Amino acid sequence: MPLTLAEKLISMHAGREVRAGELTVVKVDFAYVQDWTGPLTVDKIAELGAGLSSAPSHTAVFIDHASPSSFREVSSGHVKLREYARSSGCLLHDVGEGVSHLVLGEKITAPGMLMVGADSHTCQGGALGAFATGMGSTDIAVAIATGETWMLVPEAIRVEVTGRLKPGVYSKDIILYLIGLIGSDGATYQSLEFFGETIESLSIPGRTTISSMAVEAGGKCGLFEPDGHTLEWLRENGREGDYREIKADRGAHYARVIKIDAASLEPMVSFPHMVDNTRPVSHPDCRNVPVHQAYLGSTTNGYFEDFEAAAKVLKGRHAAPGARLVITPGTKSVYRKMMSSGLMDVFLDAGGVINSPGCGACPGSHEGILGDGENCVASINRNFKGRMGNPRAFVYLASPATVAASAIEGKLADPRRYL
Amino acid sequence: MSGKAWKFGDNISTDLIAAGRYAHLRTNLPELAKHVLEDARDEFRTGVKQGDFVVGGRNFGLGSSREHAPTIIKMAGTSCVAAKSFARIFFRNCINIGLPAVRVDTDRIDDGDELELDLAAGVLRDRTKGMELSFPPMPKVMTDILSAGGLVPYLKKNKGFKLA
Repeated sequence: MPLTLAEKLISMHAGREVRAGELTVVKVDFAYVQDWTGPLTVDKIAELGAGLSSAPSHTAVFIDHASPSSFREVSSGHVKLREYARSSGCLLHDVGEGVSHLVLGEKITAPGMLMVGADSHTCQGGALGAFATGMGSTDIAVAIATGETWMLVPEAIRVEVTGRLKPGVYSKDIILYLIGLIGSDGATYQSLEFFGETIESLSIPGRTTISSMAVEAGGKCGLFEPDGHTLEWLRENGREGDYREIKADRGAHYARVIKIDAASLEPMVSFPHMVDNTRPVSHPDCRNVPVHQAYLGSTTNGYFEDFEAAAKVLKGRHAAPGARLVITPGTKSVYRKMMSSGLMDVFLDAGGVINSPGCGACPGSHEGILGDGENCVASINRNFKGRMGNPRAFVYLASPATVAASAIEGKLADPRRYL
Repeated sequence: MSGKAWKFGDNISTDLIAAGRYAHLRTNLPELAKHVLEDARDEFRTGVKQGDFVVGGRNFGLGSSREHAPTIIKMAGTSCVAAKSFARIFFRNCINIGLPAVRVDTDRIDDGDELELDLAAGVLRDRTKGMELSFPPMPKVMTDILSAGGLVPYLKKNKGFKLA
């Protein structure tokens, strides 16, 4: 029987062919936690009493959410995680190394892997053709201790994107448009699978933006077929040998097929306080929305290419008075490349402030928390009330280029006039 | 299990349940629990009584994977979360920590209604209205995890997953 990408990837780890709707136990290739979910995972591993890790070289701890920490309680959680890493022998990516999913994309994630992480944006791994999904601390404790988990094989939605993106329109705009179309629960329990010439033209960072936001439509994963871009990315990161071809079968059953004409898309903005509350930037609602903070970074737009797109808009320009420009590189290697390529100068000349690599202000504990009544336009992934640390503030989601244009004008702005 | 209904709307995110600004309390769950659902309905955290029900609309628990969200709902004494639909990770987390999460048409329940959960019968009773709302049966593995009190006790008992 022909299989979807999700069915194929899960079957590879179930030891038998499984179809949507079946329950199965799967072998986990890689399991990880971050500093907001990891301490609870460590407690649960101890409760299980099954040994610290069944596969330490395939287990990782990331200190990225508070990196470095602003609270002694969080710092003490970090102490606990470092102690777990030392005693279990697992990988530790400490303060300043970057966001878990982005670091994994550089160093570990490969086509055909099955990965679980105690972070909802684990689904980002689908950009490289891995089945990757987020779970809670207890599930990850079990995956780490036993090397297995159970799952329901998801139905799949096939998203076909064709046509050439116009200048100033990016993969972020594709995924914001899609979530606006199907809603924040439009893909709940389902696998979002992306195909078509536009998707084939996207680099791995571009695909990463889309896969990371699969969860914002409720999706279990966001999957892409590995191709030449995947091979090129792996080669750039010294892992060419990790490449393998995995294709969805012709005739596989999809619960729904969605077709998007990329050429007709505009830059998109998600309004507070829901990701699916989207408007094209030309919509009248986008006029005269003051911006107090313009924020670049997060796991969704944290690779070099994302900052490069913003820098193209900002080069030789300056953030408007009253608009803070805050930049958080996704990983240490992105940070280095931003320095060597001159991007840091562009951002500093534009009035920007640079955070250490990590999750930054996105989850809301430090490095750019909003004030009461403030608006922030951000290249992050969600804008729920309370996101970025303040339930009395307002977060608008957009592409890095739209964030940059909005910084310049001090209000929501269309990046196309700067390109 | 019986108690009073606390009604919430659609799309109650994990940021509303366990806000990011309290992330430093995640290693101190009793302190974090004092802020449960604070940004959704502030009076819940002080008014909730043992056995009460959290009753949401569509897509309850969307957002992050933080297990702290259902954990502090359970610590507040809640006997069950009922909603029209759940976000995937939140639902799985509820079961893993032994907090019943049931899908029913919550539009028919009003705030303050007296509710009773009968897991075995697959029914949520609204005693105020004298009606029964049935919910779809969960996969056996989930029922087993729930009746064991969560995933950790389930695995200690079974030494592995029993899906059939």
